[in-house]
Amino acid sequence: MKSIEELKAIKARMQAEINTRDASTDADTRIVVGMATCGIAAGARPVLNAFLEEVRNKRLSGVRVTQTGCLGMCKLEPMVEVFVPGKEKVTYVKVTADAARKIVADHIVNGSVVNEYVITNV
Amino acid sequence: MRELSLNVLDIAENSIAAGAARIDISLTLNENLLEISIKDNGCGMSGDFLARVADPFTTSRTTRRVGVGIPFFKMAAEMTGGGFRIESKEGEGTEIAAVFDIESVDFMPMGDIGDTLGALVMHAPDTEFTLRIDVRGNVCEFCTAEIKEILDGLPIDAPEVISFIKSTVKENFDSINGGIIP
Repeated sequence: MKSIEELKAIKARMQAEINTRDASTDADTRIVVGMATCGIAAGARPVLNAFLEEVRNKRLSGVRVTQTGCLGMCKLEPMVEVFVPGKEKVTYVKVTADAARKIVADHIVNGSVVNEYVITNV
Repeated sequence: MRELSLNVLDIAENSIAAGAARIDISLTLNENLLEISIKDNGCGMSGDFLARVADPFTTSRTTRRVGVGIPFFKMAAEMTGGGFRIESKEGEGTEIAAVFDIESVDFMPMGDIGDTLGALVMHAPDTEFTLRIDVRGNVCEFCTAEIKEILDGLPIDAPEVISFIKSTVKENFDSINGGIIP
């Protein structure tokens, strides 16, 4: 393996942070990316990666990036659902990696929905 | 699909959906023939379903009656003059393998296998994944069990760990491959 030391350093950082927050709960914000054949073929993997990198870079706690299967509208893939506790679900369509970064900055961090990618506006 | 590693992701997602506790992925290059295999110990398929599985009008999904994941993978292999096989037993698991001629003009690039593994581990953190890469006898192996042992109870699907897995796998693949598999 490339670098066990590197992994051990990550582990030490995680241990230091774990005391500052509890394990994931229902109060988490969830970002759900559709990863069926249709999503993957339309570019869902770089979108998933972009969400993960942004959540990591911005060190957001209480945000989980997860995956699901086909959301039922293959021609609108990549599709992403965002669940913020206490708010209505927002469904984004034709999401790109750049759009994913914008969704994290505007919607997840600042609470303002990125209208240009919302399903009802496309 | 633009990369073979996206096909691998798609096929292995089916293994996750089949409830696999263990998924073994291997990429083996012998001379110019690359075999990609995805083997799981999920629920397997009935003989009847198995007989129809490469037909795009067969699917396990419920939103549509069309499923093109396996047909895409099979087609990508056959376009290079290679082949495809699938073995499955209900209650035991499934192995899907395809052989590609990397010299063929129709060979789809391998793409980023690190990204694929990262996405899979993130989706199914409790599943054990192994990845074995063998490029003309140069071998490297990766397994999530080793990572979990070091993490000692900390979550393997934490963003930092997933990033680590992605970059480690990619670097290992690149160094073993040395540009041989496009």
